[in-house]
Amino acid sequence: MAECHPVGFRWVMEAKRRGATIIHVDPRFTRTSAVADIHVPIRPGSDIAFLGGLVNYIISNERWFRDYVVNYTNAAALVSEDYRDTEDLDGLFSGWDAEKGQYDPSSWQYRGVEVTPAAGHREMFSGEPRAERGAIVSAEQHDFTLTDPLCVFQIVKRHFSRYTPEVVQEACGVPPELFEKVARALCDNSGRDRTSAFCYAVGWTQHSVGVQYIRTAAIVQMLLGNIGRPGGGIMALRGHSSIQGSTDIPTLYNMLPGYLPMPKASYDTDLKKYLEYNESASGWWSEFPKYTVSLLKAWYGPAATSQNDWCYHYLPHISGDHSHMVTVAAMADAQVQGYFVMGENPAVGSMNCALQRKGLHNLKWLVVRDFAPTETAEFWRNAPEIVAGDVKPEQIGTEVFFFPCAAHTEKDGTFTNTQRLLQWHHKAVEPPGDCRSELHFIWHLGRRLKELYRSSSEQKDFPLRDLTWDYRSIGEIEEPDAEEVLAEISGYTLGDHKYLPGYKELKDDGSTVCGCWIYCGCYKDGVNQPARRKPASEQTWVAPEWGWAWPANRRLLYNRASADPDGKPWSERKKYVWWDPGERKWTGYDNPDFIVDRPPDYRPGPGAKGIDTLSGIDPFIMQAEGKAWMYDPNGLLDGPLPTHYEPEESVLKNPLYGQQCNPARMEWIRNDNPYHKAWGDPDYPFIATTYRLTEHHTAGGMSRWLPWLCELQPEMFIEVSPELAELRGLENGGWATVSTIRGEIEARVLVTGRMQPFVQQGRTLHTVGIPYHWSWIGRSTGDAANELTAFVADPNVSIEESKAFSVQVVAGRRAKKRRAAAQGPLVEREVSGPERDLAPVHEKPGGKHGLHAGKTEMTEES
Amino acid sequence: MTTPATGFFTDTSVCIGCKACEVACKQWNQLPADGDFFSGRSYDNTIHLEATTWRHVAFVERQARLSGQTTSRPFSWLLMSDVCKHCQRAGCLEACPTGAIVRTEFDTVYVQPDVCNGCGYCVVCCPFGVINRREDDGRAWKCTLCYDRQKDGVEPACAKACPTDSIAFGKLDDLREMAQARLQELHRRGVTEAWLYGMSERDQPGTEGLHAFFLLLDRPEAYNLPPDPIVPTKGVAGSWGVMALAAAGMAAAALAATHSRGGDRK
Repeated sequence: MAECHPVGFRWVMEAKRRGATIIHVDPRFTRTSAVADIHVPIRPGSDIAFLGGLVNYIISNERWFRDYVVNYTNAAALVSEDYRDTEDLDGLFSGWDAEKGQYDPSSWQYRGVEVTPAAGHREMFSGEPRAERGAIVSAEQHDFTLTDPLCVFQIVKRHFSRYTPEVVQEACGVPPELFEKVARALCDNSGRDRTSAFCYAVGWTQHSVGVQYIRTAAIVQMLLGNIGRPGGGIMALRGHSSIQGSTDIPTLYNMLPGYLPMPKASYDTDLKKYLEYNESASGWWSEFPKYTVSLLKAWYGPAATSQNDWCYHYLPHISGDHSHMVTVAAMADAQVQGYFVMGENPAVGSMNCALQRKGLHNLKWLVVRDFAPTETAEFWRNAPEIVAGDVKPEQIGTEVFFFPCAAHTEKDGTFTNTQRLLQWHHKAVEPPGDCRSELHFIWHLGRRLKELYRSSSEQKDFPLRDLTWDYRSIGEIEEPDAEEVLAEISGYTLGDHKYLPGYKELKDDGSTVCGCWIYCGCYKDGVNQPARRKPASEQTWVAPEWGWAWPANRRLLYNRASADPDGKPWSERKKYVWWDPGERKWTGYDNPDFIVDRPPDYRPGPGAKGIDTLSGIDPFIMQAEGKAWMYDPNGLLDGPLPTHYEPEESVLKNPLYGQQCNPARMEWIRNDNPYHKAWGDPDYPFIATTYRLTEHHTAGGMSRWLPWLCELQPEMFIEVSPELAELRGLENGGWATVSTIRGEIEARVLVTGRMQPFVQQGRTLHTVGIPYHWSWIGRSTGDAANELTAFVADPNVSIEESKAFSVQVVAGRRAKKRRAAAQGPLVEREVSGPERDLAPVHEKPGGKHGLHAGKTEMTEES
Repeated sequence: MTTPATGFFTDTSVCIGCKACEVACKQWNQLPADGDFFSGRSYDNTIHLEATTWRHVAFVERQARLSGQTTSRPFSWLLMSDVCKHCQRAGCLEACPTGAIVRTEFDTVYVQPDVCNGCGYCVVCCPFGVINRREDDGRAWKCTLCYDRQKDGVEPACAKACPTDSIAFGKLDDLREMAQARLQELHRRGVTEAWLYGMSERDQPGTEGLHAFFLLLDRPEAYNLPPDPIVPTKGVAGSWGVMALAAAGMAAAALAATHSRGGDRK
């Protein structure tokens, strides 16, 4: 966190000054470790084993927070009798469909009821989604003593029982004393009087089982009662500024603003079905139609009427997985015509760079918007495979358009950070020359397209024709008014154009306009709320008048959980939101995240619907039953509970199960994306992990041009332990060549005690640390780490695995710029070796462009 | 003195080595990069303070634990942002023959670039090796303690940019109080190796105390700081005395010789 989020880390140091214990779990000893109280080196790719060990420690030592767990989580819910755990099936859950190559989650469900997940894959039900799901879990299906072997608590307990300190050592290389020290510190700092927080950065997500990493942390925090309380939570530190914002107002292919799912072509065939499939019969997602209709009114204005389903059919309907790597694989097979790349540098920052560039070779056109031409814009000129002569520029037909862009100081707008806080930034200077903001580019592009289709009477052109696109333009460069866009996102009433105070005012009758329901109210009273800057000294410690946090300017989500079931604070020290019996309402330091007048003793009657199904002790209002999900009966593609699986390319056999890797992972079996052996590959015996340094920014587009930053980290380098240096004859300050079967790179060597080998299963395991900032353009250059990595991903979110894979390292400069994506695998050899999968998983059917994934139905174009 | 003395207190126990101070300093003072040089010395590629590097972050990898820190092997990484110390008794200032180096109203040590003639006397008189001449213009340069910002009532760029408040800027008296409190707090928590470097004349008689002083977690040599810096001019009075004595002695000898010769004549 100190390495990649030094500004946010200020608050960690502030907490440390006040006595907080900082625990840092990382394969490397980093800037964070330097100031942490405890540093735990962990083998890359083994985090679930470590966190699972914590779960087991908490349960077996009776350190869990019983009142919290029983009342606020789904620990008491009874699960289907058909459920089988990884304990029973050697690393698989029940429901693996060998023919389809994916899980059927029906056996994971609560007994007798199907619930809609608040997030994740709502379409997971076998076959077509059913409208009746989301029904309330009735009292008969709970065991509040938590002793029934099929209640969630007992399932969790049994599932993690084998994650003992000894197994943690075997899987993670963490000595039992060190592990127990962490577990004790965490438990001692949790409970009524104390809370602990988890912070993770994008590296945690970049594993073929990344979603489950975070799920395991969530289970730990639920058991300890650390969610919805001040000082608790799980903080996702995003990759750079406002990535949270670009998830809320998504640049994701499968989301509409405010986490509404993108309609699916195969079954969301009309608005009625779309709403039925996505609204929950209980919990806050029962309000789904209001958010959808208000969004459609924002986009299509007067054209959207109740007669035409508010123009629902104008929305794109997705026919499969169109995530980044899926699209690039299709691109490499010449199935994609055009590509917009804005503020990203996939030819350096994305997996298997040469395969990324192969995709670019096969486009018709490419638009790159950045500060300066990046490797992605210059892929055709002097990429490694072109220098090597494997690809000739004259054979590339892609037309490249480069647009210089404005920096954040040259445009108005918001940043949304980890804690969901929107902060406005004001333009300080006009952008120079032809540089323009993204808002300018998109708006003017839209205007020109609308002009082209203005008089079209073809049905397919109506979405463009009817799109509301009437923002005020400012100044000579005709910059659209960003504040007007914010006002539309926040929402207003149609008749009298009153700015909405919050999402509870949204209607499904077309009388309200709102571009993103969770942001509703950020322009309350016609005031740019994110621009507020009241000093800390002039307001309460929660600081509600600094910027604006979604939803409803709430600084802490699910904060009903900060009070006990009776509505009283768990302790004076951790007092935050509570029930005022005199006033008969929830009150506190923050805006209560609950139905404000719902008393703690309220229990829904049998006929309750929608929000009325939430009882007075259901703090997790987005969930269908108002409880935090320790166990996921639905919504995840790779199992209801986190399970330790090894990375696609490991140095170890899975110490816990016969199933080596995540059975549902996404693999691309292609000649331009070859893999190493599952484990113990003699040609690639070392672990590799990639990461960022404080001195540079992601793929370098913003930092490798700046002399003040380049002098601080001037060259591509790798980090190795003194032990690995001795083993491989690597000299500090000298050169090394690192290779995978996909590519080879050269780097300077930094020998440091901050890297250390792990001794596990009787073997000494070495790690090569590889920063990924460099490539061939800019003032500071070097080979790109991602020339080594592969297309392989988590099935739930299609995020790549870059934080753990296997490599070879030799001394000296020996790279010949060979790339599998340009000339085939670097080593021709028999593909044999240990299996990644148990027999039922072997026959996963292959999809298009080499993709094998545990979600075949969703990845195939229909 | 029209205003109270100001300075820096750099608390290395909360430094995260982000180098924001180095970059903020270069940006504010428009100093050029020193060139790209991969040192192989931890994450330190600028190595030392220079005429064009007025803040420098040291990265010290040690095969020893810090008190109160749990690590799997005996290891720690000390991070420290170094800067001109603005000595109470400033060698550079005293050596400067042109009066280019002055003590400001903030009691800081400032080089007036329009007066400096580049003689370099100051360079050899700094016991910390801070001040140096720029090759491109020949003049001597070092941290100004952001004299221009202070004139406008704004804190120096490095302190402003420091995310963890490892660099504290303020009135010297306040900083000393803050440092003492922080030291006691660390000792109370068992970080017994913490100590204050150069906070007062008593701590560092050779400089009579620093206006930019430090909380360190190891002996000064670990951070490439002198353990007992003495401003060379501090010995000048003594030297003059010795020289005066020697001169007097020689004069006496000459006189005696003359007298004796005269005596001979007689």
